[in-house]
Amino acid sequence: MKSHTPPALLKLTNLKKSFQSMEILSGIDLEVMPGDRIAILGASGSGKSTLLRCINLLEFPSSGSIALDGQLLGKATTSTATRTYGQAELPLIRQRIGMVFQQFNLFPHMTAGENVMEGLCTVKGWGKPQARTKAEEELERVGLQDKFEAYPSRLSGGQKQRVAIARALAMEPELLLFDEPTSALDPELVGEVLRTIRQLAQEGRTMLLVTHEIGFAYHFANRVLFLADGVIYEQGTPEDVLKNPKKEKTQTFLARHREFNF
Amino acid sequence: MIHYRWNFAPVWDNLDVLAVGALGTLQLFAICAALGLSLGLFVGWVRYSGSKLPSLLAISFIEFFRNTPVLVQILWFYYALPLLINVDIKPMMAAILGISLNSAAFSAEIYRGGIQSIEKGQWEGAKALGMTLSQALRRVVFPQAFRRMLPALTNRMIEIFKMTTLASAVAYVELLQQGKLLSSLNFNPIETYTVVAIVFFLCLLPLVQATYFLERRLGRSDQ
Amino acid sequence: MHVWNFQPVWAHADLLVLGLANTLKVTAAALFFGMPLGLTLALMRLSQAKVFKWPSSLVIEVFRTTPPLVQLFWFFFALPILVNVEMTPYIAAVLTFSIQSAAFFAEVFRAGIESVEKGQREAGQALGMKPAQVMTRVVLPQAIKRMIPAFLERAIELMKTTTLVATVSYADLLFQTNEVAQKTFRPLEVFTVTALIYFSVIFVASKIVNHLEHKFAITGEGTVR
Repeated sequence: MKSHTPPALLKLTNLKKSFQSMEILSGIDLEVMPGDRIAILGASGSGKSTLLRCINLLEFPSSGSIALDGQLLGKATTSTATRTYGQAELPLIRQRIGMVFQQFNLFPHMTAGENVMEGLCTVKGWGKPQARTKAEEELERVGLQDKFEAYPSRLSGGQKQRVAIARALAMEPELLLFDEPTSALDPELVGEVLRTIRQLAQEGRTMLLVTHEIGFAYHFANRVLFLADGVIYEQGTPEDVLKNPKKEKTQTFLARHREFNF
Repeated sequence: MIHYRWNFAPVWDNLDVLAVGALGTLQLFAICAALGLSLGLFVGWVRYSGSKLPSLLAISFIEFFRNTPVLVQILWFYYALPLLINVDIKPMMAAILGISLNSAAFSAEIYRGGIQSIEKGQWEGAKALGMTLSQALRRVVFPQAFRRMLPALTNRMIEIFKMTTLASAVAYVELLQQGKLLSSLNFNPIETYTVVAIVFFLCLLPLVQATYFLERRLGRSDQ
Repeated sequence: MHVWNFQPVWAHADLLVLGLANTLKVTAAALFFGMPLGLTLALMRLSQAKVFKWPSSLVIEVFRTTPPLVQLFWFFFALPILVNVEMTPYIAAVLTFSIQSAAFFAEVFRAGIESVEKGQREAGQALGMKPAQVMTRVVLPQAIKRMIPAFLERAIELMKTTTLVATVSYADLLFQTNEVAQKTFRPLEVFTVTALIYFSVIFVASKIVNHLEHKFAITGEGTVR
């Protein structure tokens, strides 16, 4: 019986990354299907952010491959394991992947609306009126339509992060990456951002979320990855990994985070 | 385009002339740096001494010498001062007066910047122990401030070294002055001035590298 | 006791005014050429390509590590023979001080650019911007705001440095001062007046710059558009 499975949206094969002499990622194999909502957990230094940053090539993998929509990124070199990534293709790849940073990284010299418009105008070449309409839509989606003219310095942390999310969404990415989006927020502001992310999940977007919010991961994700020793140490449904972890390090990690609420 | 045939022979033959100039440069630099940096300490102290008149005088001194070109200052001391006090001022003295006082004004501000950069808590800790203002300054604040001031101070020394060339305007025998002499004697400005530039570059390079090094370790050197 | 007599000085005030105008002219010209040159040098120095990095580093280091007067003499006396061109004091002055201030501006630019946080660059890249776009849309607008105080301070420095042109007989304020002193035999009065003129212009400029620095620091946010 042949099943017609669509190609994975994202496929990582034996991805490794070293910084100087330290190997952070020791061989990551991952397939992300459209509509997947994957939560990535792990101790500090386990390579969670590095993994995310390799996907949109803010870091180049030391070896291994990345395929987006079945298409391998970069060019093969003589060594079969490594690939090189050319300057010209990077912007084209990154346009298709959205990233939300822990430190928001909003452009302080532009208003919220201009931040959201920026990618559309400068990268995609849209005209200002079109971009503005789209920006207004996305800001409305995150509930900040009345902050279009506000500068980031006038916004709270939670609002800034939601604008950052709108900025990523405006590019209509195939894949959304969240690098600890709430870690830099005061506790009372975390909720508004998580609500926005959950709303996106309900819209069926493909998302990878690196987070410490285990309770949120449980409700949001359809798959949970626990990183340790530079590999995907344990993987499964939230029920499996978070409530009934099978392996020792996962259990230790979760035990230290007892205070979360399901 | 460049058909010129370089000929350094006349320069090498007259190295002794340049050497005399280099000596003059170093002498002037040493005197002005020592005078300027220490006078600056005094001026800075007076400026913050609390009494109205001395403080005002110090401020005027600092503002005046920072906001006028040093060449104007040197020439004033050379041409104008003799008439005022009826004493002949030699070129070297005019240069020393101009450059040292100028440097004192800038140094005073460096010291101020360094001292002001030390958090209030340090002062309070010292006072809480029962130290007087002067003890607090000497034992606690200045030692810390000095480290922060080092990049700006070495930068100031570089500026002083460069300023010694201005003494050539009053015919003091320093390196550039000797260069002028040689180049007009031998009609070879290209080689002469190139050598002079290289000598200055080599002399200043260690100081400049030291400043970069200190800036990296201790913070910026903006004055 | 010297008897002050400013009358002969006022009689030649027009020469001094001409001198002041020329001083400002040279300063303005040097700034006009020096700023874009400084930005170019800074970007070259920041690039990874050796063919850009090394020449620009060389120019910057040489012009920061040699005395301006030596540079001026070289451009005025040596260069015309080397490349077989006519040289006037004005051209030598503008040439020297443009490159010299560019070397200092380059460092100000570089510091400003490097002071923009890495995250800003990454956000631009993550949106799919090319490196040039990241520089022009994200980094430079933020860097320039921070650099303005340093620039203005450098500009004021330049006003003081340009007095050197008097030594190659360019008719700036200092040169004219000498002329008037020789005509009137009253160097004390003339030089004092000149010192006061320089002081007024530079002091006022300094205070304006300080005020602007405060303004930029307080508002923090700026409309760079």
